[in-house]
Amino acid sequence: MAFDASVFLDALFSTAFLNGALITVSLALLSHAVGIAISIPAALYISGPPSMLRGLTKVVLGVLRGAPTLLQLLFVWNALPQFFPIFREPWFSPFLAAWIALSLNEAAYQTEINRAALGAIDPGQQSAGTALGMTRFQILRFVTLPQAIRVALPPTANEFITLLKITSLASVISLSELMSVTSRAVATTFQFTEYYAAALVYYLVMVYVLIFLQARLERRLVWNTSVSESEPSMVQKALAFARRS
Amino acid sequence: MVQHMSEMIRIENVSKRYADFVALNNVNLTIEAGAKVVICGPSGSGKSTLIRCMNYLAPHDSGTIAIDGVEPKGRRNIEKVRREVGMVFQNFNLFPHLTVLENCILAPVQVRKLPRARAEALARQFLARVHIAEQANKYPSQLSGGQQQRVAIARALCMEPKAMLFDEPTSALDPEMVGEVLDVMVELAGDGITMVCVTHEMAFARKVADSIVFMDKGQIVEVAPPEQFFTAASSARARTFLSQLQY
Ligand SMILES: Nc1ncnc2c1ncn2[C@@H]1O[C@H](COP(=O)(O)OP(=O)(O)OP(=O)(O)O)[C@@H](O)[C@H]1O
Ligand SMILES: [Mg+2]
Repeated sequence: MAFDASVFLDALFSTAFLNGALITVSLALLSHAVGIAISIPAALYISGPPSMLRGLTKVVLGVLRGAPTLLQLLFVWNALPQFFPIFREPWFSPFLAAWIALSLNEAAYQTEINRAALGAIDPGQQSAGTALGMTRFQILRFVTLPQAIRVALPPTANEFITLLKITSLASVISLSELMSVTSRAVATTFQFTEYYAAALVYYLVMVYVLIFLQARLERRLVWNTSVSESEPSMVQKALAFARRS
Repeated sequence: MVQHMSEMIRIENVSKRYADFVALNNVNLTIEAGAKVVICGPSGSGKSTLIRCMNYLAPHDSGTIAIDGVEPKGRRNIEKVRREVGMVFQNFNLFPHLTVLENCILAPVQVRKLPRARAEALARQFLARVHIAEQANKYPSQLSGGQQQRVAIARALCMEPKAMLFDEPTSALDPEMVGEVLDVMVELAGDGITMVCVTHEMAFARKVADSIVFMDKGQIVEVAPPEQFFTAASSARARTFLSQLQY
């Protein structure tokens, strides 16, 4: 069977694919945003001295990281309405369910990244800030966090790439993201290659735009020449991406 | 208890332990305003612990520590008292994401609430005093160890503290850079600021110290003027320690 370029191009510029891609990218962005918002206080919290509540938090985060994302999606979509009647209302859409499930899942992974980044900061930084009479909040705001963000940025960007691909799981709860649009087109026409190629182009464009933005952000955050010299190149990052796919 | 206005740091019956290990065992020491005190002693004797207790960086378990007549209670008061006491660390602990100038103005702006322009003028003045004015816009990683330590001294001075604490300020430096840091400290000592310095640089101690505090096993074993300490230490432990320093 030959590759029909016109089918490929029609799919590429169809509103269905464009909408699917928009749902994919907005689901990934919104889930990551909520995940990061939860993860920063969570990471600061679990970095403290051990206690009952900290132990419990770690267990919850462990469950969210350990359970398959597919299971979490199905759980939120199917089981939540059984427990809480408010989730039986029509506003509880597949998109919302996917957003909740992926946000929680992402929060758990991102907490791990942030905790490691905070742990990588020399305790001497804290001592120096303290000795200067700074409050704990001032030390966090002006000393620790700016350094931790720099450490956390590359793994965070990788995490987003993974998340972008994981959104395709939401097709099981009938969310019309890019992958389910593709599957539907294939199911009616059986022109696998053309539609899969169109989907691939969308995913790659989204990922490479992200890698480009990440590289720019990292360059802005670099605070000395020696770091920028050891920066992995775009090519290295693309290779790393290919390995994870 | 009689309050002497000239007492900068008063340490009374201070003890501190790490789990089962006694790091400070009933330490008493009074440091007069303007005094230059050098603390020395074998590794693990509690020198760092003692100097970190002086600005409440390490909490002590018992006893009292008063700074300029005040024994601060509660986090807010402790933070306030810390502004009066600058500290310089063995590993510099400069903020790597900030330039030299930003390192020096961060705390003055955030803690002392100085206007930025005023803080910057102050920073340039102190950077000039440690002979490093021309490096103001560089990042710490672009400087040598000796330069970084001088920036750390300037950063502490920008809080205009009444006392300065130094914990082995030259022991992480290459030998050829020790001199430039000690020179700055000798100049600083001439300005009348209270200075407490943990160091094994005995030539420096002879030159600037009014008294040498010798510690061993979490206790102050001997306090003596430098001449007496180096030529006729009264404790056997201090004499052993000094003889080992020869090598
Ligand atoms: N955070 C800590 N937890 C447990 N033990 C500690 C801690 N800090 C210091 N100690 C112990 O307390 C003792 C005194 O330490 P301190 O750092 O005050 O010694 P020091 O005289 O400064 O030694 P050095 O010359 O090696 O710097 C050491 O035996 C050390 O192992
Ligand atoms: Mg020490």
